[in-house]
Amino acid sequence: MSHQVTQYIKEARHHGLTNEQIMKALTDAGWQAHEILEFVLEPPRPAGASADAIISVRGISKQYDKTKALDNISLEVKRGAVTALLGPNGAGKTTLVRILATLLLPTSGEATVNGLNVVTQPQKLRSAIGLAGQYAAVDEVLSGRENLDMVGQLYHLNPATAKARAAELLKQFDLEDAADRPVKTYSGGMRRRLDLAASLVNHPKILFLDEPTTGLDPRSRFTLWNVIRELVEEGTTVLLTTQYMEEADQLANHIFVIDHGHIIAQGTANELKKQVGGDVLELHMTNHDDVSQAAELIKEFGDGEPQANSSNGIVIMPTSQGPSILVEVVRRLDSAQLKLSDIILRRPSLDDVFMKLTGHGTQSNE
Amino acid sequence: MAPNPMNRTLTDILIMVKRNLLRYRRMPQLIVFSFIQPVMFVLLFAYVFGGAIHTDTKYINYLIPGIIVQTVIFGAMMTGVGLADDLSKGMIDRFRSLPMARSAVLAGRTISETIRNFFVIIVMTLVGYAIGFRIEHGFFKYFLAILLTLLFGFAFSWVSATIGLAVKNVEIAQTAGFIWVFPLVFASSIFVPTNTLSGPVKWFAEHNPISYTTNTVRALSLGTPVGDNVWYSLIWAAALLIVFVPLAVYRYRKIS
Repeated sequence: MSHQVTQYIKEARHHGLTNEQIMKALTDAGWQAHEILEFVLEPPRPAGASADAIISVRGISKQYDKTKALDNISLEVKRGAVTALLGPNGAGKTTLVRILATLLLPTSGEATVNGLNVVTQPQKLRSAIGLAGQYAAVDEVLSGRENLDMVGQLYHLNPATAKARAAELLKQFDLEDAADRPVKTYSGGMRRRLDLAASLVNHPKILFLDEPTTGLDPRSRFTLWNVIRELVEEGTTVLLTTQYMEEADQLANHIFVIDHGHIIAQGTANELKKQVGGDVLELHMTNHDDVSQAAELIKEFGDGEPQANSSNGIVIMPTSQGPSILVEVVRRLDSAQLKLSDIILRRPSLDDVFMKLTGHGTQSNE
Repeated sequence: MAPNPMNRTLTDILIMVKRNLLRYRRMPQLIVFSFIQPVMFVLLFAYVFGGAIHTDTKYINYLIPGIIVQTVIFGAMMTGVGLADDLSKGMIDRFRSLPMARSAVLAGRTISETIRNFFVIIVMTLVGYAIGFRIEHGFFKYFLAILLTLLFGFAFSWVSATIGLAVKNVEIAQTAGFIWVFPLVFASSIFVPTNTLSGPVKWFAEHNPISYTTNTVRALSLGTPVGDNVWYSLIWAAALLIVFVPLAVYRYRKIS
């Protein structure tokens, strides 16, 4: 629906219609007011940006001395959804987020966030965003409440509002019991939650999360994922960076895969998985040394070379021949007296996608 | 509600000052340790080196005004260390992502270091009194001397802030911040009369901004003529502020 509305508004504006006239025409055509409102009243967008894009990046590059951290990146982030920038360390994800959060100037290119230019209108833009970085950027000496209160005042909320907002967030993030303790007594997960709370003080339209769960234990990570989902349900747009496939898979409606400062693929998790095509056959060998022999035996059923890993005893191979090959695979391994501890035919994971796209995994550190 | 930008800047600075001062209230050991070093210097110079240094007045009366200037300069150098700490912990990223005044984090630091320095001066004066120091020329002039010292320290704070933002690392800020201050502090009139020195060191010590400031503070404390020292001291403080305030703010904006 958004596409049709956008198209109509674009043409109507082109013909010089006012917002009121556009609204009337659309309601007459049977659209609900709330469906139209955000498109009509939105600040004017730069040419080429689509209507439901709240972040628009066009040809952004960032050069550090000799290395190019970002190389002519263009992308759009949809309003009210979670978009993930997925890539290994050093891919340029953080650089892009820092540019969009006005912490860093691009070498060239243009970007708007909520209709505001990151280079020429940074101060206005800062009121509309929240940022939670790779560190939990909270003052260790102050209490949780004092941290949130300080951030509220720096957003120029009046003191009473800042206090009330701090209390509200402490409750929402389950930090009420620890609210008046200095942050240095907090656990890692509590610090991240407080950091996230601090980035939400001003009800941001757009929330930037730079590797929000790096270094967290699985339970804290799960809690944080749920918090992020709730925020999106309430209408916040989230742009997050991650090097975890699972995180992008769990949270993101749209994924940009970034490597060496380039976008190498994009789409939903399912679309990306389809790029690998077919299924993945995974063999777990009881004896880890059997992997290369097993790989040789199953080779002809695959769409590509099987990958044998003797350190964990796992052989992985893309295939499009379906479950029918399982029987034959088991028979061959059995007659060669190679013992299986597990055999799996599954949809490809984002890890497989990344491996296929880049030739290296996500954890590689270059 | 749309307060004018000047008010907003002041509010932002006040919030930052409050944050920094809370640190001292929560961790009083920070204050205690900032006293230990100057007290050691007082004791060393009063009782060990002092006997070998000949001054026109009682040495303790000569020494304390100098020690106060030294303490304030060293204290000012903590500005950069604090900023480097905020940088390494991501606090500066947080502040820079907020719609607050770009100068507020820096001004908040330099002002809170100046407030801390005020308390340190009071304590050092009391320590001096305990071992024989006396203000010879009335408290009002001594108060003026304190104000000049604080202004001078405030100017040095901005130099330190610039260094802290440039090196971005607490340990390096600690060394880089102090190394260049040592020759300035020791080749000056803080501990010894400059006419006992000779050659280039004498020239350096006589034209050292720290000497001008120390001479003024000492004259106001002892009741001797201030001379041109006060003007040179004020000109130096103004010059440092004119150069380093914009430089530090520029650095803050350009943090990558």
